[in-house]
Amino acid sequence: MNTLEDQISDWREYLRRHRAIGSRDVAELEDHLRDQVGELTGAGLAADEAFLIAVKRIGSLDSLSLEFAREHSDRLWKQLVMPAAAEQSSANVTELFVVVMLALLAAVAIKTPPLFGFEIDHDSGFYARNLGFFILPVLTVYFAWKRRLGVVTGGWLALGFIAAGLFANLYPFARNGDTEVLAALHLPIACWLLVGVAYVGGNWFASHGRMNFVRFTGELFIYYVLIALGGGVLTGFTVMMFEAIHVSAGWFVGNWLVPCGAMAAVIVGSWLVEAKQSVIENMAPVLTRLFTPLFTLVLLAFLATMLFTGHAIDVQRNVLIGFDLLLALVVGLVLYSASARDAHAPPGIFDALQFILVVSALLVDLLALAAIVSRISEFGFTPNRVAALGENFILLVNLAGTAWWYGSFLRQRAPFAALERWQIAFLPIYSAWAALVVSVFPPLFDFA
Amino acid sequence: MELGKDLVAASATPLVLAILAEGDSYGYAIIKRVAELSGGHLKWTDGMLYPVLHRLERQELVSTKWETSESGRKRKYYRITRAGRQQLAAQRQQWRVVDETLHRIWMKAVKA
Repeated sequence: MNTLEDQISDWREYLRRHRAIGSRDVAELEDHLRDQVGELTGAGLAADEAFLIAVKRIGSLDSLSLEFAREHSDRLWKQLVMPAAAEQSSANVTELFVVVMLALLAAVAIKTPPLFGFEIDHDSGFYARNLGFFILPVLTVYFAWKRRLGVVTGGWLALGFIAAGLFANLYPFARNGDTEVLAALHLPIACWLLVGVAYVGGNWFASHGRMNFVRFTGELFIYYVLIALGGGVLTGFTVMMFEAIHVSAGWFVGNWLVPCGAMAAVIVGSWLVEAKQSVIENMAPVLTRLFTPLFTLVLLAFLATMLFTGHAIDVQRNVLIGFDLLLALVVGLVLYSASARDAHAPPGIFDALQFILVVSALLVDLLALAAIVSRISEFGFTPNRVAALGENFILLVNLAGTAWWYGSFLRQRAPFAALERWQIAFLPIYSAWAALVVSVFPPLFDFA
Repeated sequence: MELGKDLVAASATPLVLAILAEGDSYGYAIIKRVAELSGGHLKWTDGMLYPVLHRLERQELVSTKWETSESGRKRKYYRITRAGRQQLAAQRQQWRVVDETLHRIWMKAVKA
C-alpha cells in the first residue's frame, strides 16, 4: 500500500529504540527526512529510492545516537550507548563484589559501637547524632571508587566527615536537649553534600553532574522505600515463623536484622539506582506527576481554610518540622520533575500546575514565617525557632526564585534551563545551613 | 576535496550561527544553505547537524520554537539569540586571526 509511510514509520520506530535520541528529536529528524524525500522525488526519483538516499544522508544510526548521546549526556547516563558488552559484564561482576563488600561494611559499622560500650537502648543520643557516619562515608567510598576520584578530593571529603564527626561527638550536649536533636537532624543533610561531591566525581560544576545527583537522590529514596517495604515483609515472616516453634526472634530482628539491613539497603539501593537506571526512570516521573496535582490541591485547600476560619498556624516544634518538611517536599517535587523533564519541551499544562504549586507553597511559607516571627518576638529565641526561621527563609528565597523563573518560562521569556540553574545553585546552601545548625547552634544556645 | 573531520566540527558553530543570523531557519534548510555556500565542499552527515543545534540551544546561543510548516508538519525552527550574536562576533574574530596567520605564511612560501 503506502510503502513510503510504512518505511518511514519503521525507521521512526527503529530510531526510538535508540534511547539516546528523544521523541522530540525523532520528530525533528523525521521532518528532515520527509523534506529530503520530497526534494528527491521532485527531482524524479521513485519514493523508495528517495527514502534510501535520505536515510543514508541522515547517517548511520549508531554514529547518530552516539553524537546525540554526547550532546545529551543526561541520556547517555541511561547507559545505553555503551562499549562492548563482554567488557562490561566483567566490570559488572567487580562492581557487584565491591557493592556487597561495602554493604557488609555498612552493616558491620552500625554494630561496632556496642563493642565500645554504646548500646542503642541506652545511648540513643549517641546513635542519633552518629547515624549518618555509619553509612554516608561508606556510600562516599562507593562513589569515589566508581568515579575514580583523585586522592586530593578524597582527602578533602574525608576531612569533611572527620570535622562533622568531631562536632557531633565533642560538644557537651545536654541529654536529649533541643540542640542535640537539631544536630542529629541536620548532620546527614550537611554530609549529603560530601556524598554529592563524590557522586559527581569531584567535578561539582560539570554541566549535568549536579542535576544527576538530584535525580539520584530522588531515585535512591524511592528504591529505599521499596527495599524497606520488602524488609518489613521479611521481618514479619521471620517473627511469625519462629513464634510458631516458640523461639522468640525479636532480639535478632531488633538488634541485627533491622539496623544492619537498614544500613546495607542504602548501599544496595544506590547501586540499583546506578545499575537499573531505566526501570526507576520510568516510575519516578510518574510519581511526581501523580503527586504534584494532589499536593497543589491540599495546599490550596489549606490556604482557603485558613482564610475562611482565620486560624493562625500554631507554632509547636513538631508543626515547625512538619511545615519545613512540607515545603522541602514541594521543592523536591519541583526539583525532581525538573530533573526528569525534557529541558527543550515547550511549557505545558503540567508546568502551569507546578507553577500554581510553587506559588501556593510560597504563600504557606510566608504564613509559617509570620507565625514563627511573631512567636519569637513574643517568647524570645529558642534553637528550634531559629532553625525553623532559617530553613523557612531559605525555602522562601528558593520558592520565590522558582516562581519567578517558572513564570518567565511559562511566558516563554526564559528557557527551562534557567530554572534548573537556579535550583542547582541552591544545593550547597541547604548543606551550608545544616552545617551551621550543627556547628554554631549548640554553643550559641549553651548545648541546651 | 573533502575537509577533515576536525575542521568540519570546528567550523560548525560559526557556520550555523551565521546562517541563523540571516534569519530563522530549520535543520533541513540549514544543511541546504551550507551546501550552497560551500559549493558542496563542506559535507555534513545530515543527522550530525542536530546535536550541534541542540548544543547551541543548551548554551542559549539559539532559541527554538515548534511551528507548523507550510506542508502542515510540525517543524522546529531555530533563532539566534543575543548571546548567539555575541558568540558569532567573537568566533568571527578568531577565525580571522587563523585565516590571516595562515595566509601570511603561505604567501611567504609562494614568494620564496
